[in-house]
Amino acid sequence: MTQYVGKPLSRVDGYDKVTGKAKYAAEFDVPDLLYGYVVNSAITKGKIKRIDTQAALNLPGVVKVFTHENRPKIAWFDMKYKDQDAPPGSPFRPLRDANIVYNAQPIALVVADTFEMARYAASLVEIEYEEDKHETAVETNRHKARKPSVGLTTLFKPGPPKPRGNFEESFSASPVQMTGEYMHSMEHHNPMEMFASTVVYEKGRHKSGGRYTIYDKTQGVTNSILYVSQVFDIPFKDIRVISPYVGGAFGSGLRPQYQLFMAVMAARELKRSVRVTLTRQQMFSLGYRPANVQTVALGASADGKMTALYHGVVSETSQYEDYTEVIANWGAMLYPVENYKLDHKLVHLDVATPMDMRAPGGVTGVSVLECAVDELAFNAGIDPVEFRLMNYTERDQIADLPYSSKELRECFRQGAERFGWVKRKPEPRSMRRGGTLIGWGMATGIWDAFHMPARAEAVLMVNGKLRVSSATADIGTGTYTIMTQIAADTLGMPIEDVLFKLGDSDMPAAPIEGGSWTAATVGTAVKTVCDDLAKKLFKIARKMPNSPFAKATFTDVVFADKAIQLKNDTSVSVSLQAVVDANGGAAVRETSSALPNLFKQRKYARATHSAAFAEVEVDEDFGTVRVTRLVSAIAAGKILNPKTARSQIIGGMVWGISKALEEESVMDHQFGRIMNHNLAEYHVAVNADIQDLDVIFVEENDDIVNPLGVKGVGEIGLVAVPAAIANAVFHATGKRIRTLPITLDKLL
Amino acid sequence: MNLTTEAPLISKKTPLLPATHSVRLTVNGSERELQLAPWTSLLDALREYMHLTGTKKGCDHGQCGACTVLVDGKRINSCLTLAIMQEGKSITTIEGIVQSEGGATSERSDLHPMQQAFIEHDAFQCGYCTPGQICSAIGMMHEGHAKTADDVRELMSGNICRCGAYPNIVTAIQSVMHPQPDTL
Amino acid sequence: MNPFAYTRAEGVSNAVRERASEHTAKFIAGGTNIIDLMKENVERPSRLIDITHLPLATVDEMENGGIRLGALMTNADTAYHPKIAERYPLLSKAILAGASPQLRNMATDGGNLMQRTRCYYFYDVATPCNKREPGSGCSAIEGYNRIHAILGTRDTNQDIHCIATHPSDMCVALAALEAVVNVTGPYGERSIPFAEFHRLPGNTPHIDNTLQDDELITAIDLPARGFPDHYAYIKLRDRTSYAFALVSVAAALELENGRIAEARITLGGVAHKPWRRLDVEAILIDKVPSKGVFQQAADAMLEGAQGFGHNTFKIELAKRAIVRALTEATNLNSL
Ligand SMILES: Cc1cc2nc3c(=O)[nH]c(=O)nc-3n(C[C@H](O)[C@H](O)[C@H](O)COP(=O)(O)OP(=O)(O)OC[C@H]3O[C@@H](n4cnc5c(N)ncnc54)[C@H](O)[C@@H]3O)c2cc1C
Ligand code: SF4
Ligand code: FES
Ligand code: FES
Repeated sequence: MTQYVGKPLSRVDGYDKVTGKAKYAAEFDVPDLLYGYVVNSAITKGKIKRIDTQAALNLPGVVKVFTHENRPKIAWFDMKYKDQDAPPGSPFRPLRDANIVYNAQPIALVVADTFEMARYAASLVEIEYEEDKHETAVETNRHKARKPSVGLTTLFKPGPPKPRGNFEESFSASPVQMTGEYMHSMEHHNPMEMFASTVVYEKGRHKSGGRYTIYDKTQGVTNSILYVSQVFDIPFKDIRVISPYVGGAFGSGLRPQYQLFMAVMAARELKRSVRVTLTRQQMFSLGYRPANVQTVALGASADGKMTALYHGVVSETSQYEDYTEVIANWGAMLYPVENYKLDHKLVHLDVATPMDMRAPGGVTGVSVLECAVDELAFNAGIDPVEFRLMNYTERDQIADLPYSSKELRECFRQGAERFGWVKRKPEPRSMRRGGTLIGWGMATGIWDAFHMPARAEAVLMVNGKLRVSSATADIGTGTYTIMTQIAADTLGMPIEDVLFKLGDSDMPAAPIEGGSWTAATVGTAVKTVCDDLAKKLFKIARKMPNSPFAKATFTDVVFADKAIQLKNDTSVSVSLQAVVDANGGAAVRETSSALPNLFKQRKYARATHSAAFAEVEVDEDFGTVRVTRLVSAIAAGKILNPKTARSQIIGGMVWGISKALEEESVMDHQFGRIMNHNLAEYHVAVNADIQDLDVIFVEENDDIVNPLGVKGVGEIGLVAVPAAIANAVFHATGKRIRTLPITLDKLL
Repeated sequence: MNLTTEAPLISKKTPLLPATHSVRLTVNGSERELQLAPWTSLLDALREYMHLTGTKKGCDHGQCGACTVLVDGKRINSCLTLAIMQEGKSITTIEGIVQSEGGATSERSDLHPMQQAFIEHDAFQCGYCTPGQICSAIGMMHEGHAKTADDVRELMSGNICRCGAYPNIVTAIQSVMHPQPDTL
Repeated sequence: MNPFAYTRAEGVSNAVRERASEHTAKFIAGGTNIIDLMKENVERPSRLIDITHLPLATVDEMENGGIRLGALMTNADTAYHPKIAERYPLLSKAILAGASPQLRNMATDGGNLMQRTRCYYFYDVATPCNKREPGSGCSAIEGYNRIHAILGTRDTNQDIHCIATHPSDMCVALAALEAVVNVTGPYGERSIPFAEFHRLPGNTPHIDNTLQDDELITAIDLPARGFPDHYAYIKLRDRTSYAFALVSVAAALELENGRIAEARITLGGVAHKPWRRLDVEAILIDKVPSKGVFQQAADAMLEGAQGFGHNTFKIELAKRAIVRALTEATNLNSL
């Protein structure tokens, strides 16, 4: 029964968001709140020789300045600092010692009774450094690149497989070839809401410890509570992490950020409630999408069959953690190339550890791969869509498994049709509008369809309403809405009677919200718990005096119209209200876990696919590029809510435009410091950059990925877009720009 | 009125200490008296001193538009003005949008048509830029310079939406600018 | 941000007196630049003198046929004012190409002239900067200088101390229009021709302009000639809106009998001040508009330009922008 699932419902949290009632981490009103302001390192590598906090402490209202010299004793073992998304290595520990390991590293926290005073006092902290020589540039250090170490997170981010066939031989024998070296800049997530934690301190049960209610900006309250508990040795029962609304995160909330550490440290030490909010500039002292250099070589037969693929990646990481993402593997997942060789190495630099950022690795690798494939198709004299159809595969070459479903062919067909691709003139520089060059380009996208274990609780409350919860997050993705839809449908209730809650560590655990797995993962848990609750309700109903179901079994009934009904005769029914009433006036609750069906899944590769078609206008005199039209056709399994899913895809497309043309964190290697650390100079797309965006959801049925058949739409909207734009720029100008972003100077 | 506040010297290293003063602000129709030092921005006054957290801080430097409020009907970035400078002006935040615009227009809810349109057209995702977008859109309609979709795009470019809801924002605003007869 | 005292000035003379009596005080108008810089600890005034209550939000006709813009007119009210939009569309267009609608509602015309550079290093107190801290060095010369100057960077000894640009759009139009800046100081009033208002960095890059510390801008005079028929403002930037100019051009022409009778070209984003060369404008006089002459003017305009790596592209970009702006201003493409 799907009264709601699959329908374009408006967001259930819409009212809160348009009225300003939705509260984000820094917005919880707490009496006697203290404000923390972080001081960051001005140098990149070396030691703090002297840190003088006296002037700051002299100010009225300044309560304390925490530095490495006076910080409280906290966990010693590295292990304790490992969060759920920590890459192999030794996590950064704020205020650990005098060492500086990256520029803008947090080195002190000023705590005062107003935000303004804390900010001013922070400017009075005097620091003397002993500077060491630093290295921050990927390009000039690429010869030092080495293989990344392996750890837990590698499970979801497999390294490149062993080579297959003989790349060198087949490449040199290929009549059609291309080779290219590509460079991408560092990028920062820059969610609109800056990282913040409000820690409410209350006297604890024991003399020693307090109780902490923490409003945190995070993509996983479970991750935050684990971190706080381990690092500060506070028992779980004395911590509660709450995060009902998150003002965007895009991966930056997958790991606890240092404001959480700082705020909890200060609250514990001062036995006061503390809020620490980062500034926009400090948002550039967190993780980021790593800068990288990629080399690709492709070979094809004269008739356009891809035969050889090389994709080599060098990307940056910090000196203390080996952050990797899957960049090099996508070609072998998309194309049936017999001979491939894939490689990914890391350069260790004096920078912060990178972090997953929307479609991590996927958009990085595919943006290069799909430009290369475009070039190969061009060299073969074959239309790029045609070329991809000629090299279509139903199997993932690396896993050597068939895809559980793959409607990419349909994406090509419907996307091309909507875009009007047939009217494209193949020659570069052959299409014009007025004085400007027009270019049409396309690219393929791919992203994993993950499914993780999760738990959820469902309660039929005494008032007959349903409350479902799971400790997941809604970072704008629509979790609240789709979970409400699933729950309402499963128990046959009107959506107004269903309340879905999330973002509270007291709720049953769910994984961090990333990798586009939340719809599948939490959705399955919600479905499971509602099914389980249904069984429980049915049992109660059966035992009611004179129950019409006395002889029925669970399979004989349906849940509809707020009631349990006999399938054969829906007039025979017991209202859910009556069922709770029969429960001795107590709510009926159920908690369930849902695990991925590994047995079913392991025989298949699972992925979402997309095709993006872009039109650009290039003013050749100035090198300015405008994306005038963008069509994305998406195959992502079942779409639970076309309205919110479309928004996810549109958001991804906007990111694609932004990445292709604008985004870049520029580091001055003299200082090892990012210089455009603000939203005026770190350019993200504004409204005027975005013209006509069109989304097509291609029908795709899949009962292998998970019982709901959903694959997730958070990342796939982005993956194909930068390459489609770069290919369109080539079509317009005849220039292959291999360095992103394509700023105007590159086209002059 | 020539208002002067003094900031006495306390020491050479920390030369000035901000004295607080009573500042009278008219926010969403009601007058509030706050004890503020001159260095408190209008944005911080709203969020930290009046607990009107509907107005968001996305950069604190005029670079994002999340803090947009209406002052005497005009949209401004509340992060780049001092609260003390806004005495005597009428400040409208997202919390006061409905009242300021003459009450709810539809029976279904207590929302301003712009708020309603934002929900209807899914003109947001995380919701963090949304109050600023809505105030900005209402301010833009008062200004009366936006005629076409391209005008709306340009004149809404002072509000960054990192979630990328732009196309839906434009559609929502246009639906309010040019209401279809059947939805009136 | 450091603590400061606050004074709400009542009248012009009161404001000037307050300012003169405390040399570390500053005026605040729209606040969009000074508060930004105070939050970065770049500006640390001991007192802010709020001038927004002065009666200077005015647009007055002048006897010579020009218009006097009060210093407290907001950028938005100026750009949309019917008289400005009609008679000085170049100015309207330039203003509307800058910042965002919200910022233009706050920013004043006086403040716009006084806004400081957007040089990354100037803004970041962790790095050396001669403009912020004289003698500390210029980080941009060897650093990331995408938004920096290509013209007028050398002092009389041919040394370079600062390659910052003046970021304003409005000022590019005002320079082309030969506006006059009226100021009031403790010793009275004076008028500064626009070309003399902003200065080149020389070896004192901490000084942006020729306004004295204790002087208040009261008005900006626009001469009668507004070039409403033949003008263009072209702004090239890293995104479509809400970004500072990499290069901008204001072009204004008067045509008589198919020949150029009067020409103004001013570049923004390329120097410490709006960049204008009378000798280059002279090249155009009496010429029949053509791509060839425009190109000649463009080449001459960029004479002596020097790039510093990341910004070298501006030299070619500026030339092309000049040609395009002059072409647009003459409607050459449709002639
Ligand atoms: C994110 C962002 C983007 C922007 N983009 C652009 C852009 O693209 N193009 C552009 O041109 N501008 C842009 N601006 C700059 C904006 O136009 C200026 O900040 C604004 O014009 C300054 O005016 P104000 O009244 O706010 O000045 P204030 O900030 O109040 O003052 C600035 C300075 O001028 C002094 N001052 C003010 N008025 C007077 C006076 N009457 N007499 C003497 N001194 C005075 C003050 O003491 C202070 O030192 C941008 C600003 C921001 C924050
Ligand atoms: S260019 Fe000027 S403002 Fe920038 S760092 Fe150099 S001296 Fe400072
Ligand atoms: S917070 Fe004011 S513009 Fe960003
Ligand atoms: S809705 Fe998230 S920033 Fe706009």
